[in-house]
Amino acid sequence: MNIMTEASVEQKLSSGTNEPSIKMKGEKVSVHYGEKRALFDVDLDVRENQVTALIGPSGCGKSTFLRCLNRMNDTIDIARVSGKITLDGEDVYDPKIDVVELRARVGMVFQKPNPFPKSIYENVAYGPRIHGLARSKAELDGIVESSLKKAGLFNEVKDRLLESGTGLSGGQQQRLCIARAIAVSPEVILMDEPCSALDPIATARVEELIDELRQNYTIVIVTHSMQQAARVSQRTAMFHLGYLVEEGATDKMFTNPDDKRTQDYITGRFG
Amino acid sequence: MVGYLVVLLLVLAAAAYWIGRTRAIASVNGDVARLHSLPGQHGMFLALFAAGPALLAIVLWSLVTPGIESSIIADRFSSELSGMGVPQVEAFIRDARAMAFGGLVGFADPAKEAAAAVYKSIHTTSTWIIWAVALVLSASGFYWAYSRIAQAYRARHVVERVLRAFLIACSVVAILTTIGIVLSLIFESLRFFQQVPFYKFLFGTHWSPQSAFTGAGTEAGAVNQDIFGMVPLFAGTLLITFIAMLVAAPIGLMAAIYLSDYASKSVRAIAKPVLEILAGIPTVVYGFFAALTVAPYFRGIGESLGLNVASESALAAGVVMGIMIIPFVSSLSDDVINAVPQSLRDGSAGLGATKSETIRKVVLPAALPGIVSAMLLAVSRAIGETMIVVMAAGLAANLTANPLEAVTTVTVQIVTLLVGDQEFDSAKTLAAFALGLVLFCITLTLNIVALRVVQKYREQYD
Repeated sequence: MNIMTEASVEQKLSSGTNEPSIKMKGEKVSVHYGEKRALFDVDLDVRENQVTALIGPSGCGKSTFLRCLNRMNDTIDIARVSGKITLDGEDVYDPKIDVVELRARVGMVFQKPNPFPKSIYENVAYGPRIHGLARSKAELDGIVESSLKKAGLFNEVKDRLLESGTGLSGGQQQRLCIARAIAVSPEVILMDEPCSALDPIATARVEELIDELRQNYTIVIVTHSMQQAARVSQRTAMFHLGYLVEEGATDKMFTNPDDKRTQDYITGRFG
Repeated sequence: MVGYLVVLLLVLAAAAYWIGRTRAIASVNGDVARLHSLPGQHGMFLALFAAGPALLAIVLWSLVTPGIESSIIADRFSSELSGMGVPQVEAFIRDARAMAFGGLVGFADPAKEAAAAVYKSIHTTSTWIIWAVALVLSASGFYWAYSRIAQAYRARHVVERVLRAFLIACSVVAILTTIGIVLSLIFESLRFFQQVPFYKFLFGTHWSPQSAFTGAGTEAGAVNQDIFGMVPLFAGTLLITFIAMLVAAPIGLMAAIYLSDYASKSVRAIAKPVLEILAGIPTVVYGFFAALTVAPYFRGIGESLGLNVASESALAAGVVMGIMIIPFVSSLSDDVINAVPQSLRDGSAGLGATKSETIRKVVLPAALPGIVSAMLLAVSRAIGETMIVVMAAGLAANLTANPLEAVTTVTVQIVTLLVGDQEFDSAKTLAAFALGLVLFCITLTLNIVALRVVQKYREQYD
């Protein structure tokens, strides 16, 4: 899976010494839903082992962009994507790319926790099973345990792995969904407002988790909470009306943005 | 005559609506906002009181009069009727009524003609009475309600309360009808079980009620209890239902999966109604199809394979019945599959599952309870189906598991038992009610189980 193409090697070399290498790259990405255009020529890079936050008011195209990264827009009949998105230099919209394999490498966590109506164990084992990642029951047990541990859920559920995943609290369900995504060992995890259905305490736990996961994964997170973007991300991209307004290091974006709209949005003047 | 009265009352109601509305508006000099209730509600209020009580009186009158009239006739002609049994008295009154108002008369005699004349005069009187009562009720109701209409009068509350009472009455009628049907089934069945012990009925394996009165040597009325065993009928029903579900369950389910998850919008817009047309075909047409097309076809195949297929086979009836219930299964399953949240499909796709993996491992397990209940409803539909079996599966009660032979079902036997000129209280006719009761219990159980399963399913997503 991890074959480095020449392009990605070039990117690694050209990205300087301190800057992490570019994991995913969007070039002139546009999306149409039927007649309506939702995204206008967005150029955005996602850097390895960093958290990239996408912010902006509702309907600005940030979720649309996120869903382009693992081709989840394919499930919407009327959606049409143009431009180029690469993962380690490979074009993800190349007809030769297997979308199933792509989604195994670029996992997704959704806005509303959506555990399958199966046991906690089966929820986590689902991905490894369909991709044939475990050769034995013991190996599968190992994957489930380590995924739950990485998601910080193992201690809470270790005695009831066979109970239904839908019986957990909202925050636990969302961490279960994160564990489920981790279990297929993705390289990138996309999170679409993962905390919007959670209370502040559960949110804090998930944010902590995101920060830990950054060591091993590249994360892109859509959020409506400025504080959350500031707390968890290293880079922030501001969207407005389908355009990418500004993108840069989070520290700079929140203290000294270049664009007036970013300034206004961050300080709560609109949005 | 009373028909005119009802029409007249409806016209009065329409007029009263208009009058009430006008009066309400006039009472506030056109400033409608000052009224407590809308002008239309005042109109409705007046209309309800002008026509409602009178219509209610007419309904009561039509329920009560026939009984009163018959008892008056029976009383006046008690000397002629003395010595007659209950059925003969009923026949006498029925004939008198038929002679008075036109209809089929059994045979006429002077006593009946006299009775008919009396009947006619009584009926004329009672019609005049109901006209008078209705008009008085209507006028007084109108007067009372009209005098109440005023700016502050709460017509809306009255109208709402009357409407609620009307809706309650409607649902009570539906429930009472069901209870009545069940009770009549139970009572007739009890009469049957007095002649044939229920264990012989439930567990007997021989069914041939056509020979209920064995031979000429037996005494009149002696019932051979051993020929009312319902097991062969039940087995036939199960066999045909089983074949039908074997056809309908996979085809219906696959069609539902295609429609809900694979078909494009335009295909779905055409395919779904077309599939549902199958449900609109009268079952008797399916019967032709089974008897004239499918059964000979199966027999032809059977002959070429060296099998002996009866021209009326359980297989043909079962397969056609299966085709008939495909839309049930597919339409209900389609609904429950669509009810599985899109977020679960997205979650599965986001982990890299293919469409078929998502459907097999996430959507179908989540929809399973609903699908099961769809299947159970289809089964109860198949069990109750009659026409196809009458035409395609035969009438001979045959205890067999071989789908190539002719079998018969509970419903078909009910039809054959009640068709023909049998005495109504013979064991043969009453057996139909006992069969109906068993059938009712089976489908009721299936429906209750199906509803329970659906309820459990609903709890699953918050």
